[in-house]
Amino acid sequence: MVIYGTALLAVCHMLGIVLGDLLGHALGMKTNVGGVGIAMLLLIMLRLWLHKYGRFCAMSESGVNYWGAIYIPVVVAMAMQQNVVSALHGGPMALLAAAGSVAVCGLFISFINRAEKPHSAPADKTH
Amino acid sequence: MWEIVEKAAKDNGLVAAFAIVGLVMLTSGFISRKLTFGRVQGSAIAILIGLALAWFGGKVSGGSKGLADVTFFSGIGLMGGNMLRDFAIVATAFEVHPEEAKRAGWIGFVALLLGTVLPFIVGVCVASAFGYTDAVSLTTIGAGAVTYIVGPVTGTAIGASSEIIALSIATGVIKAIIVMVATPAAAKFLRLKTPRSAMVFGGLAGTVSGVSAGLAATDRKLVPYGALVATFHTGIGCLLVPSVLFIAVKAIIGH
Repeated sequence: MVIYGTALLAVCHMLGIVLGDLLGHALGMKTNVGGVGIAMLLLIMLRLWLHKYGRFCAMSESGVNYWGAIYIPVVVAMAMQQNVVSALHGGPMALLAAAGSVAVCGLFISFINRAEKPHSAPADKTH
Repeated sequence: MWEIVEKAAKDNGLVAAFAIVGLVMLTSGFISRKLTFGRVQGSAIAILIGLALAWFGGKVSGGSKGLADVTFFSGIGLMGGNMLRDFAIVATAFEVHPEEAKRAGWIGFVALLLGTVLPFIVGVCVASAFGYTDAVSLTTIGAGAVTYIVGPVTGTAIGASSEIIALSIATGVIKAIIVMVATPAAAKFLRLKTPRSAMVFGGLAGTVSGVSAGLAATDRKLVPYGALVATFHTGIGCLLVPSVLFIAVKAIIGH
């Protein structure tokens, strides 16, 4: 049943959020720490487990896959509600701080990914 | 007549949003194929159109939630809100190859730390260049350069003025928008090709909104890997900035 997949996804989502909130509390913060990431890890582990025991039919999987496929439209809707007006009003300082940090991080991303290339290439062939 | 349509759109907000976003996706797919001959991805164009509509919505309504503040489009707020966004992100984890994610685990963590500390330093330097001298303002603006959530959380925690907090949010939102728009164009330079590179990107570029939209517009297959790391970004920022980094700033400027 399709709902089994969606329900599994929902349970992982809720568990992740609760665990993220608990982690935040334990660290003395008011925010959620990695709740969505924890939910993703739970779903990855559950999928492996279910596949191992053949407990998940294709119909149930489509209950998860639909939401993965609707992801890009959701992101477009998210873009539609950004506070673009106030961002443009932030003035030169906000713009410079933002552009500067993106540029510095971009250089580091490029640097790290270039350095990693020779390591990952042979490893990819074995998989 | 228009009132009836508007009421229908308001009462069926999420359904109306599906129709509107579908129309935007259709338009952007058409622009991608016919005007750029497939060189610019449809989803990248859709996100640009979305941001333009957000600007338009903010101008018309005077609110802070872009197009979602216009009554007719209020359902966009639900469809693109945190709940459904996170639900869809978690769903993409279904496509993750665990061995790929495991192999990049530690580099993802390093990227997360760098992604918090580097933007913070840049933010503090820019703020000090613009004449701010007190540790609270410097830290809050630096926090905004991490993400637009770390900014206000830090500012509230260490007692910054609302004006400084607003500035830090603006910094974070601009950062997210730059990441959304610039990532597809810079994908080659960033070597965004493998799951591992997407995880490095997720940690360093920060903000779930920027990373998720940037990767969606670059290569849909990389989304879950980047998102997996990026979702820890705000938490780590809220953990480190008001504590360790605030103390560091106070120590450096000496009061």
